[in-house]
Amino acid sequence: MFRFIFLLSLLFFSELKSQEFLTGEILVSEKNIEKAVEGVNLYWLNSDTGTITNGKGKFKIKFIGQQNKLIISYLGYENDTITVKDKSYIKHYLTNSDSESLDEVTVTRKRRSSKRTYLMPQNIIMISDEELLKAACCNLSESFETNPSVDVNHNDAITGTKQIEMLGLKSPYILITEENIPMVRGASQTFGLGFTPGTWIESIQVTKGMGSVTNGYESIAGQINYEIKKPYSDIPFFFNLFNSIDGRIEANAHVKSKWSEKMQNTTFIHYNDRKRANDKNGDLFLDKPIQDQINLLSKWQFTDASNGFVSFLNIRYLDDNKKIGSVDFNEKSDLSRFWGGEIFTNRFDSSFKLGYVNPNIPYQSIGFQFAYNYHDQESYYGLNDYNISHKSFFVNMIYNSIISNTKNKIKAGLNFSSDDYQEYVFKSDLNRIDSSFGGFFEYSYDNFNNFNLIFGLRYDIHNNLGSFFTPRIHFRYSLNDNFSIKGSLGTGRKIANVFAENQVLFLSNRKNINNTFSEKLYGVSPEKATNFGLSIDHKVFLFGGQGSLIFDFYKTIFDNKVILDYETFGEFNFYNSTFGKSKSDNYQVEFLFSKNNWNLTAAYKKYDVKSYYKSELKEKPIQPRNIIFFNYGIESNKVNDKNWKFDITYNRLGKQRLMLNPRDSFEFVNPHYSVNTQITRVFSNKFEVYLGGENINNYKQDNPIIMSNNPFDSNFDASIVHGPIFGSLYYIGLRYKILN
Amino acid sequence: MKKVILLLLVIPLISFSQTKEKNAKDTFEVSGNCGMCKKRIESATLSLQGVKYVSWSPQSKNFSIIYNSTKVSIDDVKKKIADVGHDNSLYKASDEAYNNLHFCCKYRDNPE
Repeated sequence: MFRFIFLLSLLFFSELKSQEFLTGEILVSEKNIEKAVEGVNLYWLNSDTGTITNGKGKFKIKFIGQQNKLIISYLGYENDTITVKDKSYIKHYLTNSDSESLDEVTVTRKRRSSKRTYLMPQNIIMISDEELLKAACCNLSESFETNPSVDVNHNDAITGTKQIEMLGLKSPYILITEENIPMVRGASQTFGLGFTPGTWIESIQVTKGMGSVTNGYESIAGQINYEIKKPYSDIPFFFNLFNSIDGRIEANAHVKSKWSEKMQNTTFIHYNDRKRANDKNGDLFLDKPIQDQINLLSKWQFTDASNGFVSFLNIRYLDDNKKIGSVDFNEKSDLSRFWGGEIFTNRFDSSFKLGYVNPNIPYQSIGFQFAYNYHDQESYYGLNDYNISHKSFFVNMIYNSIISNTKNKIKAGLNFSSDDYQEYVFKSDLNRIDSSFGGFFEYSYDNFNNFNLIFGLRYDIHNNLGSFFTPRIHFRYSLNDNFSIKGSLGTGRKIANVFAENQVLFLSNRKNINNTFSEKLYGVSPEKATNFGLSIDHKVFLFGGQGSLIFDFYKTIFDNKVILDYETFGEFNFYNSTFGKSKSDNYQVEFLFSKNNWNLTAAYKKYDVKSYYKSELKEKPIQPRNIIFFNYGIESNKVNDKNWKFDITYNRLGKQRLMLNPRDSFEFVNPHYSVNTQITRVFSNKFEVYLGGENINNYKQDNPIIMSNNPFDSNFDASIVHGPIFGSLYYIGLRYKILN
Repeated sequence: MKKVILLLLVIPLISFSQTKEKNAKDTFEVSGNCGMCKKRIESATLSLQGVKYVSWSPQSKNFSIIYNSTKVSIDDVKKKIADVGHDNSLYKASDEAYNNLHFCCKYRDNPE
C-alpha cells in the first residue's frame, strides 16, 4: 500500500512544475503577403484560460497540458481548433470565412452529471438529476449505484431493503438531510431511503467526512443532502412509468401550478407496487416483499425577489406496506406454521422555510427552518413484533454575514430539536424523549485565489447526551489551477437507536444475551467519533479530453461505538466497545475522464474497518476489503432532439468476512461482481423510453437464508447476506414531459 | 417557546438596520477585459480597510461596492484600482502597472 501511495504521489507531484507558456503568432495571407492579426481570441477548449494576440499578432497563453484543443477565433474568419502536442511555437494562418459572421463555437463536450467540487474546502460530490436517470429505479437508496463514493448493500435476505455506506460505515453514521433538514434518521433509519422517489430529486450533494456544524452534531462518516425539484424551476408536467420483471410497477406524476407570479406549487404523486410472489432460488421464501406504496408531496414556493424573500412549504404523506416471508404465508396464516411478516409504515412530514436576503446588502441573509415529522411503523417479523412511532420537531435559525469584508464570512445560528420515540420490542414498551438546544458559529475565509478555510464550532445541551462542543475544520489549498488539496477534521456523536437501525435482528431466531435494553438508551452509552480526511484532486489533460485523478484518505476513530455482536451463532448482543478504539480507514483512488460525448469513472477503494468485540479486535463482518468500480456513459449527438444514451457500471466487491454460522464452512466469501446497464432512446425533448438491466451477469448468493426449510429452528437466520439474492433484473420505463 | 422564536426573529433584523455611512454604496465604471481582471480588481479593493463587498462585471464594466465611508473613501478605492493597472473615471493606471497586466487584460490595446 505504501509503495502504491508513493507512486501515486510521484504522479501528482511530477506535474507540479512552474507555470509554462505556449507562444505563437496568428497571421493572414492575402495575395501572398503575410500580415499579423491583432485581437485574435485564443482559448483552451473547456477552460477559462484564454488570451488575445497583440499588435504584432503574437500571443502567449498558459500551457495546460498536452493534447489540448486550442480554439482560435476572429471576426470574419473561420474558427480554427488545433490540437497542441507540445510547447513548440505556433504559426497559424486564418482562413477567410464566406459567411462573414462569427460562428458560434459549439463545444460539444457533455458536462459530467456527477462531479466533485474543486473550489470548495469540503469534499462534496454533486450528483445532478441527469445522473439519477442512469439508475432508473426507483428511490433514494438506489440513487448512488453509479457513484463510487457511496456503497449500496443488501440489508438482509427478506425485506428487499438496500442500505448505503460511506467510508465503511452504515447509514446511521451518515447525516441524511432533505433540503438541509434531517430526514432519514431515528425510526426511518432502516426503510427511510425507500421513501423518497428518485424522480422527485433535483440534485444530491454527498459530503465525504465531516459536514458543516450548521447541520448538527450527528454526522460522522459524511453527509448526504438531497434537494427536491423546486416549483419555480420545474416544468409544468412530468409523468413516468416503470415496470420490471419482478412485477414491480412504479408511476410518478408531477404537476406544477402557478398561483401568481410570486407563488407556485408542485404536487408530486408516487405509487408503486409489487404484487407478484418471486422465489427464484426456490427456498420457499419471497426474494422481495409483496408491497405497495403511496407517496404524496405538495411543495409550495413563494418568491419575492425585489424584497429579498423566499419561502417554501412542504407537506408530505406516505403509506407503505410490505409483506415478507414464506411464499405460502398470508395475513390469515398461522404464524406458528408459516414464517411471515408485515411492515406497515405511515409517515407525515411537514416543513416550512423562510429566507431573507437584504436587497441592499447582498452578503447579509437570514433563514428559518421548521419541521415536524411523524413516523409510525407497525410490524411483525415472524413471532417478533416490532412497533415504533417517532415524532420529531426541528427548528433552525441561521444568520449569514461578513467580518470586515467578503473574504471573511460568518454563519451563526441556533437550533432546537426534539424526538419522541415509542417502541414496542421483544414484548417490552420502551419510551424515550431526546431534546437538544444548540448554538453554532462558522467562520470561513477565502483569499479569492487559492486558499479557503472553514472553522465551525457548535455547543449543544442535550437531555441524554449532556452538554458538549462539536468542532469541525475544513481547508482547501490549490497549488495551481489543476492541483488542490483538501482536508477536514472534526467530531460527531449520536445515540444508537439499536432496534430501529438494526431491524435485521428480528429476521433470525438469535437469542439476546446480557442486554437489559429497557434501561436508559437501551443500556448503552452514546457513540462518539473523530473523523479526519485528506483529498487530493489533480486535473489531467490527456488524449484531447479532460480528467481528474483523485486520491482520498479518510480515517474514523471511535471513542465509543455500539457494537451489534453477531459473532456467536444463535445469539446476539450489543454493547459499547470499551476495550479499545474501533476504527475505519478508507482509501480511494478515483479517475474521472470526459471526452466529447462520453464519460468514464474508475475507482479503487480499500477498506480497513475494525471494531473491538469485547477484548478482541475484529474486522467488520460483511464489509468488502476492497471495491473496484467502473462506469462508462456515452450519448449520441442530438438530431432533431432525438438521441441515444448508454450507460454501464461494473462493481466488484472484494473478500468479505462472514460471522461464524452453520451454513458457511469458510470465513471469507470470495470476490464477486455485478454489471448494470441502461439504454435510453430520446424521441424528443418531451418523450423518452429506457430499458435496463441490473446484475445482468446474474450473480446470486446461494442459500441466503440459513435454515429456510425450518424457520422455527433456533438456527434460522436471514441476516448474513453478502450479495444479490434475486439475480438479474430487467426493466423498462418511459418519461413524458410537458415543457414551458 | 413563542417568545423565544419571536426574539430570534427580531435580533437579526435589528442588526440589518445599520446606518447609511457604515454601508455606503456606489457603482462606477472600471476598464478591463476578462475574468482575470475581475479577480485582480476585486481582491485588490477588498484588501482596503473598510471595503466590505465588491463586484465587477467584465460585460458591463460596472464596479459596485459597499463600504464604510468613515474608514475609506471612493477616492482611495479608485486609486487602488489604478495602482493595480485598471483605468477609471478618477485615475489612469501608470504605464508600468498597465504593462505588468496579463495578456488578456490589456484593455487599452485589445478592447473587447
